[in-house]
Amino acid sequence: MKASSRTVDGVEIISLQGKITIGSGDSQLREVITNTVNSGKNKILLDMSQVTTIDSSGIGELVGSYTTVTNRGGKLKLLHLPAKLNELLHVTQLITVFEVHENEQEAVSSF
Amino acid sequence: MERGDSERIEITISSRFENIELVQVIAEHLCENAGVDEDGSHWIGMAVREAVANAIKHGNKLDVRKKVHARFDLDGPELSITIADEGEGFDPTQVSDPLNPQNLMKTSGRGIFYMRTFMDEVHYSFQPGGGTSLVMTKNLAKGSGIASSNG
Repeated sequence: MKASSRTVDGVEIISLQGKITIGSGDSQLREVITNTVNSGKNKILLDMSQVTTIDSSGIGELVGSYTTVTNRGGKLKLLHLPAKLNELLHVTQLITVFEVHENEQEAVSSF
Repeated sequence: MERGDSERIEITISSRFENIELVQVIAEHLCENAGVDEDGSHWIGMAVREAVANAIKHGNKLDVRKKVHARFDLDGPELSITIADEGEGFDPTQVSDPLNPQNLMKTSGRGIFYMRTFMDEVHYSFQPGGGTSLVMTKNLAKGSGIASSNG
């Protein structure tokens, strides 16, 4: 997994690319989120459009990321969910936890 | 879907996470060759991914000397997938329901749920000499994927 970030109106937009799976991107996602929060940025928008594969470990890391950011008084939201990731969040009812946006500007304004 | 022949494919891997995709790809190709659409093949492949990951992590406890054995049996539209590890076994009934509101924010425990969602049946058995064997079945003629399993 690769991650690149930029700041728009005080919101850290992190674009994730590739796989978020057990033994691969799952621990990397945790590291990216931890580093971002530790640097004082706690308005985080994860752009998921370039995520090619995710498994239950990756889903678990998304949940853990949400908890990490929330516990630090911040917010973590999702942008551009691929269809299969959307399905995985629906069947586990996690779609009720995450705020999901399809438009970047609207997502940034929502923080 | 009509298939006159039965087919068996077997692969044995060492307990490394990077080997998971090998087994997943076999599952997806087998399904596509049997006429399952791309989405349906993907969901079956994901069930296999979760099963192999569990076998490596919870079964063999990341011991690379221990193997994971995968077997695919296609008999007409009936697909049976067996994933066996060489570990000491674990009790899948101890995994909490991820849909329980108390468990919603847990970071683990969704793998078996996904397997049950994407496949028709999932059964565990424990071998006398050690090891857990997981058998998942799917009738490919009934359609595949989340929509069919939910409705």
